[in-house]
Amino acid sequence: MPAQPISKESTRGGSADNAIEVRNLHVRYGTREILHGVNFEVPSGETLVIMGGSGCGKSTLLRTLVGLERPSEGEIWIHGKNFAGMSGAERDELRKKMGMSFQSGALFGSMTVGENVALPLREHTPLDESTIDIVVRLKLDQVGLSGFENYMPAQLSGGMKKRAAIARALAMDPEILFFDEPSAGLDPIIAAGIDELILKLKKAFRITILVVTHELASAFLIADRMILLDKGVVVAKGTPDEVRQNNAPRVRQFLDRVAEPELAAEIDYLQMLTGEDPPQRR
Amino acid sequence: MNISTRQFEHASIVDVSGDITLYNTPEVRKILLDLLKEKRVRRVIVNLEKVKYIDSAGVASLVEGLKLSRDLKSGFALYGLSRSTREVLELTRLLKVFEVHETEEQALGGGTSGAPGSK
Repeated sequence: MPAQPISKESTRGGSADNAIEVRNLHVRYGTREILHGVNFEVPSGETLVIMGGSGCGKSTLLRTLVGLERPSEGEIWIHGKNFAGMSGAERDELRKKMGMSFQSGALFGSMTVGENVALPLREHTPLDESTIDIVVRLKLDQVGLSGFENYMPAQLSGGMKKRAAIARALAMDPEILFFDEPSAGLDPIIAAGIDELILKLKKAFRITILVVTHELASAFLIADRMILLDKGVVVAKGTPDEVRQNNAPRVRQFLDRVAEPELAAEIDYLQMLTGEDPPQRR
Repeated sequence: MNISTRQFEHASIVDVSGDITLYNTPEVRKILLDLLKEKRVRRVIVNLEKVKYIDSAGVASLVEGLKLSRDLKSGFALYGLSRSTREVLELTRLLKVFEVHETEEQALGGGTSGAPGSK
């Protein structure tokens, strides 16, 4: 049964079966629109992968979904509640049910790994320190970092830092976990380990997972559903098999890794040099 | 979440109902530690029959109770685990660390009936 919408403007609630529903989402930085009416849904417990080339708007989409950017138009429904229409306090409350693993890892270098994982628990819960210590060890164990709580981030490899960041994202037992380029900057073996960890977390905890990536092998391995963003619009949507069989030119170009034609690049370059506004990219 | 305690011979039974989450588990922890440390109860049994969901922080409170009971050489057991609670303990590799029983009768008599874990 649909939940009561919070936004007064909304007349239809999101489905409670979907962890996330995005409807006609537009995001603008100043006069420049980055997302031009994006629509998709993520059923609870599934993994959605958002693919797309550099600058296609996928990181903007992720930042908007976690509330770091405000949409200029459209709706974001999280577990049947209109996230985009909420007050700041309501959004903060719902955000506690979301975990986010940033592209850079974003661990605080001056804190130990354990202190990094404990941070959201210390900030947002009434838990005693001894309880927090146990939760930290549980979370580090879940990401394969048992015994590393007293290490400093600088003492960890790239893959271990990613795992520690995932442990921190898991600290509050989130219902939805967001990953921004989880394999970026990692060698293929370490990246495969992160993919396996994402699959394990989904299976074990039935968390809804949303991953932004341009790594095709990783995307097709971990996705239940995927969308391909191009210049701020969804150009393909479906299961990995459905997307793989999509013959739309922009989809094929991305999946088959075909470079942009030089002519188009030169036109954009000339427009940039002469200060001419680029045509609306759709 | 609601929590209450009752006494049965040398054991204290802690009845919990509702979800145990990171926002209310300090209350569970306080009662468990009070029974073990202050009241020096010889055996604490946690009734989880009416607990539908327990998160990591809830599990951590149970771990604290278990640890303290071992330090004080008291008994500590769980019974009436829902499927979801059992899964959480399995995923955290704790199902076999705790003494787990199906029923209250088994938990009351279970202190001498074998190794910890699912019974």
